[in-house]
Amino acid sequence: MSTLTTPLSGWGRYPVESCELERPERYADLRPTTDTLIARGQGRSYGDASINENGRVILTERINRMLELDARLGILRAEAGVTLAEILPVIVKQGWFLPVTPGTKFVSLGGCVAADVHGKNHHHEGGFAEYVLGIELILADGTRKTCSVTENEDIFWATVGGMGLTGIIGEVTLQLIPIQTSQMMVRHHAADNIGHLFQLLQDPALDDRYSVAWIDCLATGDQLGRGIAMFGHHASAAEYKSDNPLFSKPKRTRSLPFDFPALALNPLTIGAFNKLYYYKESRKLTPFLADYDSYFYPLDAIGKWNRMYGKRGFVQYQCVIPDQTALEGITALLKVLSDSRRASFLAVLKRFGAKGKGMLSFPLAGYTLALDLPIRDKGLFSLLDKLDKIVLQHGGRVYLAKDARLSAESFQAMYPRHEEWLRIKTEIDPQHRFSSSMSRRLNIGGTK
Amino acid sequence: MSGNVLVLGATSAIARGTAAAFAARGDNLYLASRDLEELKRIAADLHVRYGVKVHYGLFDAEATATHAAFFQSVIMEMHELSGVVLAFGLLGDQQAARDFNVAEKIIASNFTGAVSILSHCANHFEPLKRGFIIGISSVAGDRGRQSNYVYGAAKGALSLYLQGLRNRLFASGVRVVTIKPGFVDTAMTFGLPGLFLVASPQEIGQKIVQTLNKSADVVYLPGFWRYIMLIIKHIPEPIFKRMKM
Repeated sequence: MSTLTTPLSGWGRYPVESCELERPERYADLRPTTDTLIARGQGRSYGDASINENGRVILTERINRMLELDARLGILRAEAGVTLAEILPVIVKQGWFLPVTPGTKFVSLGGCVAADVHGKNHHHEGGFAEYVLGIELILADGTRKTCSVTENEDIFWATVGGMGLTGIIGEVTLQLIPIQTSQMMVRHHAADNIGHLFQLLQDPALDDRYSVAWIDCLATGDQLGRGIAMFGHHASAAEYKSDNPLFSKPKRTRSLPFDFPALALNPLTIGAFNKLYYYKESRKLTPFLADYDSYFYPLDAIGKWNRMYGKRGFVQYQCVIPDQTALEGITALLKVLSDSRRASFLAVLKRFGAKGKGMLSFPLAGYTLALDLPIRDKGLFSLLDKLDKIVLQHGGRVYLAKDARLSAESFQAMYPRHEEWLRIKTEIDPQHRFSSSMSRRLNIGGTK
Repeated sequence: MSGNVLVLGATSAIARGTAAAFAARGDNLYLASRDLEELKRIAADLHVRYGVKVHYGLFDAEATATHAAFFQSVIMEMHELSGVVLAFGLLGDQQAARDFNVAEKIIASNFTGAVSILSHCANHFEPLKRGFIIGISSVAGDRGRQSNYVYGAAKGALSLYLQGLRNRLFASGVRVVTIKPGFVDTAMTFGLPGLFLVASPQEIGQKIVQTLNKSADVVYLPGFWRYIMLIIKHIPEPIFKRMKM
């Protein structure tokens, strides 16, 4: 099969490394063909999880067939390269929805499994892996292995959240959830500061199936961590009266045609935007209907929005801090960030429920904070190291799907089950053929 | 109005794009190729996405002796056929094609096999006085170039054959369309250097199906390839033979 050698990066456009791409079109061709390889779906992990410097990257985008949809039980079996954007129109019109969805629908099903992604409902319904009824994993020797919670259980729990390092995820069987309408019922509440925001997210009277908070991270002093808590659920037939309640209009995406200048997003422009956004959104106190696209995937309306951060790219820093220390830890993180005067254009706070069984899965009971930080100078990386220390001190961890720069030592401290995971990986992939720039950086499988 | 469409060589990216565009407008499909595992997956996918009926079966373009029986089985299963898309083809390795055995295989797949199965299709549609035949040829068939002249010769012959077929079937109201794709983002072109303005197979598939609503006989896809090939065809041979293309 012909290959294409090209500079490649994740969604954050940092780091950029030369990789050799292969793009199989037949399922039989989805298998290891070289000594070192990693599968890549849509390349929407932010850092170096789906790149492999001077090695092979297998693009799964053409292995994207939906194989079976049981419309009675809501079970979908599909090839791993299919995107959530392709799945949604098919399932929504039949009264089903994704059980868990990340903030973009332009991700592959295989990527959702490999990163054990979470959504705004983790505090109630857990992570993506909880709804995976089975996967077909293509191993280092080319054999296909069925894995689930009952079959090859240890390989299953090493693969969900395993960042593609146990094998190529070929097929996924997913349990969907029933919906009555395509609409969401949404409510917003403004919070004056971080403590208030936590109160809102914890308040059982406000809580809903989905909850998330936006933070204005340029606010300082008494207003540190002011933001908007947003609650929502799938609107019932009674809440959304329509002759065709499951209908949803296909959305058009407009792409950013060029890279913004590096300084386009600065504390001044972000500050202005944040003020505007805060006042606009905080007025939406009464519940309102929103279609699922604009509720779950607001950023998908702008294609290639990563260009907003300029050529040098950006880092998304997402961490979780356990319940007991969450307020203190997140306040400390925001403080360091605010003192640094590095503006994060996007700052999002979410609640997590109990952790799942994935050995390298990210979520644990607590609060997760995500920050988008443009790379303008090396100083950003020492700031992020500082954030790592705070996260570690509070018993938290950093999300690998977003990560581009965590140290191997910090990773090991944050993910106590990594040794158990590595044992299983080494059993099924003794030569560590599945290897990415991330796995070598974190020193989990493969040598530099 | 939904019909039944036979797609020959249904596992290629362009064929998948074309089959999807037919399914999207409600047509049921019969997908044929040599690779049953792939056919099963593509058939299942088109059914899940578009809710149409998708049949599939084994078809080997080079095994011309099996074509009559194959076509009969398609008619048996689909009852009525509204049209056929011929999408199979073999680019082959041009270097290896200096060996006649390799060249013969390229010709057998792209030309002889195509003529064989299209004869059955034409003879079926002619007395019914309806139907369409869409043949996917190539811009490579417009002029012989050192980089792929065996493939080009076979596709050029296919273009001529389709032209003759169009002339023959015009009186019976059977539509024959020749599609000449330029660079399309498929396994055939992935990683090749020097490609420009590469079209996606989904886009090409939609345009192929749209030609049925128009009257064009020979369609370059994307359309600007008509002008690129116009220029290439008009370069005088004494100059052309010196060029590296």
